[in-house]
Amino acid sequence: MSGETISELMASLKSGKFTFTGELEPEKTTNLNRYVEAAKKIKGYVVACNITDNPQSFAYISSLAASYIIQRDSGLETIYQITCRDRNRIAIFSDLLGASALGIRNVLALTGDHTTLGDTPHAKPVFDLDSVQLIKMIRRIVDEGIDMNGKPIESPPKFFIGAGANPNAHPIEPELIKFEKKVYAGADFFQTQVVFDIEKAKNFLKETSKYNVPVIIGIFPLKSYGVAEYFDKNVPGVKVPKDLMDALAKASEISDKNLRRAKYDKINLKYFSNFIKELRGTTSASGCHIMSVGYEEIIPLLVKAAE
Amino acid sequence: MIITEQKSLEEILRMLESFRKVFIIGCGTCATVVQTGGEEQVKQMAERLKNSGKDVVGAVVVETPCDARILRRDTRNFKNVIQSSDVILCMTCGAGVQDVVEHLRKPSIPALNTKFLGIIEHIGEFYERCRACGECILHETGGICPVVRCPKGMLNGPCGGMYDGKCEVGGYKRDCVWVLIYDRLKELNMLDIYRSYKPPRDNSKLNVQPRDIIWVKN
Repeated sequence: MSGETISELMASLKSGKFTFTGELEPEKTTNLNRYVEAAKKIKGYVVACNITDNPQSFAYISSLAASYIIQRDSGLETIYQITCRDRNRIAIFSDLLGASALGIRNVLALTGDHTTLGDTPHAKPVFDLDSVQLIKMIRRIVDEGIDMNGKPIESPPKFFIGAGANPNAHPIEPELIKFEKKVYAGADFFQTQVVFDIEKAKNFLKETSKYNVPVIIGIFPLKSYGVAEYFDKNVPGVKVPKDLMDALAKASEISDKNLRRAKYDKINLKYFSNFIKELRGTTSASGCHIMSVGYEEIIPLLVKAAE
Repeated sequence: MIITEQKSLEEILRMLESFRKVFIIGCGTCATVVQTGGEEQVKQMAERLKNSGKDVVGAVVVETPCDARILRRDTRNFKNVIQSSDVILCMTCGAGVQDVVEHLRKPSIPALNTKFLGIIEHIGEFYERCRACGECILHETGGICPVVRCPKGMLNGPCGGMYDGKCEVGGYKRDCVWVLIYDRLKELNMLDIYRSYKPPRDNSKLNVQPRDIIWVKN
């Protein structure tokens, strides 16, 4: 993370300030107004916001186009997610130059979910690179101003390079080695998969703090009991704690819509503000990545509650 | 071993629709072992085609239909009957079918689907183990191939889709090959290799297709 400060996210992490990031998931649309509005609402509470790249292999609007438009129209800095699933190294390289020309400064380099998991399972999975190789490619583009074959780039781009990590991985050792590989490949910061169990986050941070690379822990406020149930059942390794689950189940029985909403918000604010406070107070975490897709309104409340 | 699977009789009959006189060629090597195109299967196929109204004029199991020399040798005695047939039904892998077309100059139809290069655990239990990628790295991965056994072909460790040592593709039933590789290299005291960065593959070795090898005589 050395050198010239090129983005607000980089500045925030460099300053050592506990940093919040958000996430938006533009879907099958050409109209980004709704996402621009959401970005405006969370601006000031999060430093930057991830824009997902065909998450779970669902074919959506290009993350490059969405990262640019949302950043331009909301004024909130975006973190352009780029995966290896749909594009070979030529296309990724070319998109990176395009992203830089459009003023995008933060990228999150991921392998990407497998094509068979999404809504277009017959597509050809590309995976020309894996995430470690992608990080290294971007590092060389930025630091050396060359492409993968050593050819010079005129006006090379500047990127603040992010990587993913999974504190829930089991076994954890292969994941920790992968984390190390991403550090050596040139990752500037990490954003993790959703963690509910603070002990898992703590253990992961204990193992990774020696690398001195900022780690932003992912959390997922649960808009409803249904969302919590989905998570619990469908995301392996991610267990919603029982007390949180029970509280949400109880809230789901409230018949008045507004009262139910208020109760859900209250439960989330209590659970996650404590989570964030503990993370900030007792660990080396550099911040929190709040993945509240479709529940952006909780972010300002949560960030204030966690102060 | 090249692992093949027999197409359904329905599909085979559809491909044979405009032909009456059929000559069948089986394979004495892979398809015999896998039991998709050996003596027994060729006999059964002839029977099924006859019952479906086809005129099976002859059949032979060629020792290695993908070897042009052997194909010519083993079909020599059938020259006339092959000549009199309308079509050759090949119970061989795709390479065999193409060799038959090339050398016997008859319309040829594949009775099998060629699935993969694999190992046979038992008859009826086959596992893909080689992608024939042209750039073998098994020495770096404890003899376990991530190119073929990881759905994403990851080269630097497991992806986020691994849990409990299982792979998200196919619903967490198959082992994550990167956990297998980790365990194997740990057992062999070779984790340094696991930690080392693996560069992107040189796809030019695979992308110049079709691939061929021609020995140059000095």
